[in-house]
Parts: sequence; C-alpha cells; structure tokens
Amino acid sequence: MSAAAGGATDLATGPAATPLAGEPARTPARPPGTLATVAALLRKEYLVELRTLESVPGMALFAVSTFVVFHFALHQSSVSGDEAAGILWVTLLFAAMLGVNRLFVADAEQGGFDGFLLAPVDRTALLAAKALALLSYLVALEVVAVPAFGLLLDPALGHALPELLLVLALADVGVALIGTLVAALAVQTRARDLLGPLLALPLLVPIVIGAAGASAPLLRVPLAQASPVRWLVTLALYDLVFGLIAYAVFDFLLED
Amino acid sequence: MRADRRGTARARDRARVIELGGVSRRYGEREALSDISISLQQGQTLVVFGPNGAGKTTLLRILATLLRPHEGEVRVLGRPLPAEGWAVRGRIGLLGHEPLLYRELSARENLRFHARLHGVAAERVQELLEAVGMTHRAEEPLRELSRGMVQRVAVARAVLHDPELLLLDEPYANLDPAAREQVAGLIGKGWNPTRPDPTRPRTRVICSHDPSGGVAEADVVLGLREGRTALLGAAADVEPSEIAGLYG
Repeated sequence: MSAAAGGATDLATGPAATPLAGEPARTPARPPGTLATVAALLRKEYLVELRTLESVPGMALFAVSTFVVFHFALHQSSVSGDEAAGILWVTLLFAAMLGVNRLFVADAEQGGFDGFLLAPVDRTALLAAKALALLSYLVALEVVAVPAFGLLLDPALGHALPELLLVLALADVGVALIGTLVAALAVQTRARDLLGPLLALPLLVPIVIGAAGASAPLLRVPLAQASPVRWLVTLALYDLVFGLIAYAVFDFLLED
Repeated sequence: MRADRRGTARARDRARVIELGGVSRRYGEREALSDISISLQQGQTLVVFGPNGAGKTTLLRILATLLRPHEGEVRVLGRPLPAEGWAVRGRIGLLGHEPLLYRELSARENLRFHARLHGVAAERVQELLEAVGMTHRAEEPLRELSRGMVQRVAVARAVLHDPELLLLDEPYANLDPAAREQVAGLIGKGWNPTRPDPTRPRTRVICSHDPSGGVAEADVVLGLREGRTALLGAAADVEPSEIAGLYG
C-alpha cells in the first residue's frame, strides 16, 4: 500500500454496517433552549464550587483580612466619606479578582470547555451562566465583607445600607460581566493568572470610580445631602454597554 | 437519464460523512497536519495510525469542530466546517485524550450535565452507567476513581446522545479486559441502544496504536507521520508491516 499524500482518495467502497433486524428507532434528542442550558451550566457551577470551595471562601477571607490590615494600618477608630468608600471598593475589587481568575479554571483544566463546545446549544448561555455564577459569588462575598467592614472600620453603615445595596448591585453586575469576558479570554493563555487581572483592572476602574462616587456621600458623617443618582446612572450605563459588548464578542472568544 | 445521474450523485454525497480536501493545520511554525485528503462513507470505520505527534489528535479535533484548519476544505455530515459547525455538533461524539468530565462531580452528575446539554432524557444516563458497569461507583467524585473507570464514564459521555459520527482517540486506553469488552460494545457498530436510527449506521474515526486490533475494526486505514499521509487504503489491502513501518 503506497502513500497517497495530497490526492483526494474516495475509499467509499468498504462494507457499511448492516442494521440489526427489529432494532427500535430512538427518537433523536432535541437540543435544549437557552434558559435550560443556562440552568444546567449554573447547576454544574454550584456543584463544583460546593465541592471545591475554591472561589467564595477565598474571596471572603481576602476581603476580611484586608479590612483587618486597614484597621491596624490607619490607626483610626472609624472611617467615613471618600476614605471609607475607597477602602470598601478597592477591597471588593481585588477580592472579586480572585473569583474572576478561578471562573473558567475547572473547565479549562478538566476539558469542560470542549464538552460544552461539542453540545448543540446557544453558546451565549455560557456567558449568562458564568456571569450569574460570578454575580452570586460576589453577593456571597459581600454578605461577609460588608458586615466585616462595618465591624472593623466603623463607617456608619446603618443609615446608608438601603442605598448602598443598590450601589453594590449595580457594581456587581458590571464586575460579573467584565470578569466573565476577561476570564474567558485569559483562561486560554498560559499566563492566565497574570493576564486576567492585567486585562480586567483597567476595565473595572470606571466601576470603582462610579461605585466609590456613589458610596462616598452615603458613608459621610453627617450624611451628605447630595444624591448619588448621577453615579448610579453611570454604573447602570456602563453595565449596559459591557452587557452588549459581552453578548456580541463572547461567541468569538470560544472559537479556536 | 441526466436527472437520475444527478440524483444518484446527490445521494452519494449525502452518504459521505467525512470529506477532507488538502487539509493543513499549524501550531505556530510547526505543521501538525499537512495536505490531508480523505473521504469516508456512512457506516464506515476509519482507523488512524501514527506515532505520538503525528497529527492524529489534531485531525480528530478538526473533525469535531474544535479546531479550524488553516488550509483545505472540511465537510462533516454534509456540512462545511467551520462555517456550519453549529449544524453538526450535536451529531458528533468525541472521546479525546481528556475525558471532558469534571473531577469533582460523580459519574452520574457528569453524565446528567451532558445529558441536559444535549437534551437527552435522564433514563439514558442510568442505561449507560449500567452498560459501562459503573452503577456501583456512580455517586463518587471522579477524582476518586481509577483511570480505567474514568475512561468508561468518558465513553458513556461520548455516546450519550447517540451520535452519528464517533471520533475516538485510543478508546481502549487504561481499560482491563472486561471493561474493554463493555466499551467495545458501546462504541461498535452493532450495539443497538446507542444507535438512533437503524437506517443510519454509525460512522467512526478511531486513533489507535494497536495494529491488529485497529485493522480488525477498520474499513479504511490512514497512517500519519509528521502530519502527512504515509499510508492510505482499504483495510483489507493493508499489511501489518506497513503499519509497523509508521513507528519505525
């Protein structure tokens, strides 16, 4: 048998499999819709996180440790205004980066990426599921971090809490979208641990500016009259823009 | 008369599950595949031989829509790739070097996850766990299972959605004789429960390092060396020494 390099060879003359008599025909599977795919992916995300505890505990521990460091480094019994907002948001941002860096690691290391890419599903579902997973990790982080912030740095959270929750929600959506986009890009490179933060931090700076700008009047003592509406609108617009960008480019990030 | 001929040609084209024309793929400067051309009909088995790094896995990944060729034309199940990859993904089953499973999840959880992604009923998961003899360890995380057991679950994942085209990279790796028999049934042509429609026999591409076992399964044999076609022909015409020569 000689090599036939380059030449198109039709070897379609071999024996084909013969169906077995009486074999029942199986109904072909029907691909799931986008929502069902998101639900399946999200369920898997939570199962893996519950088993490994790689993201949320690390993020929460980092945030609490950072507040402890600030508590001792600042030599102040309490913080307020711009200072309090800055400490809160820089800490939450770096804690979030830990979750962003881990977001696709299990998929990349264990072949889950390829498993997903082989499925007949809308690939945007992966963006939605990962962003929702990261969003829920951020909420879990803040459930621990915000009380710790109040306890260790006494920023007069009580009266600011309802509006602060809105700021947190808007900032979290932005961090989740940008984090997912950057994590999907970085995980396919060898230097993902370095590339993730390098790509994400510049994109997240506007969120820190907006969130700190919106939080500072809320954390001021006495409570400032200035409403943070301008900053809330800025955050919402930034979320919208990055939501659209992520939707448009995510599919291409998954391609070879 | 002319219309009949056109109809026959169309039917023949439809039956061609794989058509590669001058396919090349590079990783940086290194050419992993170079000018590969082959055609495979529905129901046939192509067995690919070649030493490590010969391009077997790259070929499988191109056929699975996971890699783009840098040159040449690829048609799988009648659709041009990568342009219409979306149309064939759910009809291909891939068993690669990696099991494409999550180590922290159990065999059942992994298979259920993939069943949801492919719109496959949950009963199918139990059916396959039984078929690969894994019901007794189905609830344990994969990281606690042996390589052979993980390979069995990976085979179950690959055939979960009754694919028309099966792409198998050393499917018997790490398997003991009993497991080998179970897996051979699942990925073979003649095992009923994995075939969606008896009128559409399954087509297979298998990468192998076992000359005698591989040729026994093959209709067509492809030998690769340094990304190039070194051997191509009907299995009945291939001498074992020619396959051994690929590894020399």
